Amino acid sequence: MFSRAYKAAVTLPPLVWVTVFLLIPYLLMFCYSFWSVSESQTIVHSWNLANYGELLRVDVYWQTLLRSMWIAARVTVFSLLMGYPLAYFLSFSAGRKKDLLYQLVIIPLWVSYLVRAYAWKTILGSDGVLNTLLQYVHLTKHPLEFLLYSPFAVVLTLTHIYTPFAFLPIYAALEHIPRNLVEASHDLGATPGQTFWKVILPLSIPGVVAGATFAFVLSLGDFLAPLLLGGPSGIMISNIVVSLFGAAYNWPLGAAISFCMLLLVVRLLFVSERLEKKWSFS
Amino acid sequence: MELLVSDTRFDSGSRWLLAHAVAVFAFLYLPIAILILYSFNREGVGGFPPHHLTLDWYRTLFADGPIWDSVLNSLQVAFAAVVISLMLGVPAALALERAKFPGKAVFRRLVLLPLILPGIITGLSLAMLFKVMGTNTSLLTIILGHGTALISVATTEVFAGLQKLDRAQEEASLDLGANYWQTFWRITVPNLKLPIIGAALLIFTLSMDEIAVSFFLIGRDNTLPLEIWGRLRRGITPEINAVSTIIFVFSLIAIVLWYRLRMRNEADAGAEIAQALEGDAA
Repeated sequence: MFSRAYKAAVTLPPLVWVTVFLLIPYLLMFCYSFWSVSESQTIVHSWNLANYGELLRVDVYWQTLLRSMWIAARVTVFSLLMGYPLAYFLSFSAGRKKDLLYQLVIIPLWVSYLVRAYAWKTILGSDGVLNTLLQYVHLTKHPLEFLLYSPFAVVLTLTHIYTPFAFLPIYAALEHIPRNLVEASHDLGATPGQTFWKVILPLSIPGVVAGATFAFVLSLGDFLAPLLLGGPSGIMISNIVVSLFGAAYNWPLGAAISFCMLLLVVRLLFVSERLEKKWSFS
Repeated sequence: MELLVSDTRFDSGSRWLLAHAVAVFAFLYLPIAILILYSFNREGVGGFPPHHLTLDWYRTLFADGPIWDSVLNSLQVAFAAVVISLMLGVPAALALERAKFPGKAVFRRLVLLPLILPGIITGLSLAMLFKVMGTNTSLLTIILGHGTALISVATTEVFAGLQKLDRAQEEASLDLGANYWQTFWRITVPNLKLPIIGAALLIFTLSMDEIAVSFFLIGRDNTLPLEIWGRLRRGITPEINAVSTIIFVFSLIAIVLWYRLRMRNEADAGAEIAQALEGDAA
């Protein structure tokens, strides 16, 4: 029913825009990753693999990447442990309060992410809220220094931030489970535990995969929480990109790292898409 | 049925689920509560218990020129980002739903990529584009960055709305002699009112909070998150808590308004259906 002109009119503007402001920049980044910087801080447009070689040769780069993945993995697990039971509770036990509680999970997403990371900093610091509280009730004599400027602080903060992201797709998946399947399972004599493990959990796997992907990918690329709360031992891969962009002025090396991250993320998205398809029941 | 399931069969487990849900909500809201509480604390952030509640920090805040400049900058950026991403995101959603063109699958992935890709990658690649083009970074480059990255939000929201849309109305409009332009403004857009407003609110909030892309595209004028970011590195004061509290209150108002708008529309739809059913019965 839509004419050619209509289709062209809705397709061309976004297509052109996205090509100019997304596709070309990403390709340009790919080009940059083969270039280098001269002594006088200008970009040398000679094509070679030196940047990628440096990523393999210098320990700090791949070690930081591995650490980032380890932090992201922990954030993912904790976000699922927070999000799944909560989603289950809302979907199956919350009754009429469901919608209200759902909104309550969403609201923190509207609070600035920077501000929430900052709030954790004021809680965990050596004269922060938690330490002074512990001393106030005489549980500790000296501030616990490990709370702030550690991977622990980064994992805690990122879990706080990404729990709603893990929750949302899981909740959607649980809401889509036909309730008569659950009833049938009960009627046929399954215990609540069996019903959960054999009916509900398998049917909610696509939601879990989507939630885990969000939590992992978004925390993997985070650079604020590590800078605010991570200290030297909590530095993540994005922090290196940011410092290469700024003080070090080595855009080409930063581009090489970014491009590796891009490949990693796109690869993960493909895998999670395939997993979701494999486990979806419709 | 849901109530029955929760009351009789999940009873032993549901007490644990309830306790878990309470704990997760505490985890999600604790930092926000502390943030707000300490914006009134004369002694500064941290230190338990808070005493000498005062509005001094709000007074300091209202006298703080650079913060309000950055708020104005952020508002400009957010408004412009909403306009750009809707102007391109709505047609992109229509194109994805209604048109076939070569490269459509790539186009879809590309549009949605900034949603999940770490912001620093999009930011760095756009910085490279502007560098190559010889464009100086300024609020304009941030606007282009936000507008482009957030097309993804507009497209997903509107696309979801389109799939629920009944095409018969558009068809009728075209059959009755309206042209595509008239049909778009009089039928398509009004029917997509809710997803468009929802997307606008979301884009606005995300832009007001955005830091990863802005970080690479910032010129002389700061946006609010970057202004806060700069101050956090110099040390923390409850002034940050105060400005965050104010933003939180505005976000809450936006959520409540949005929620009421949606409820009213759903109620309208419900009434229409009820009316139609009654009409049938009569």
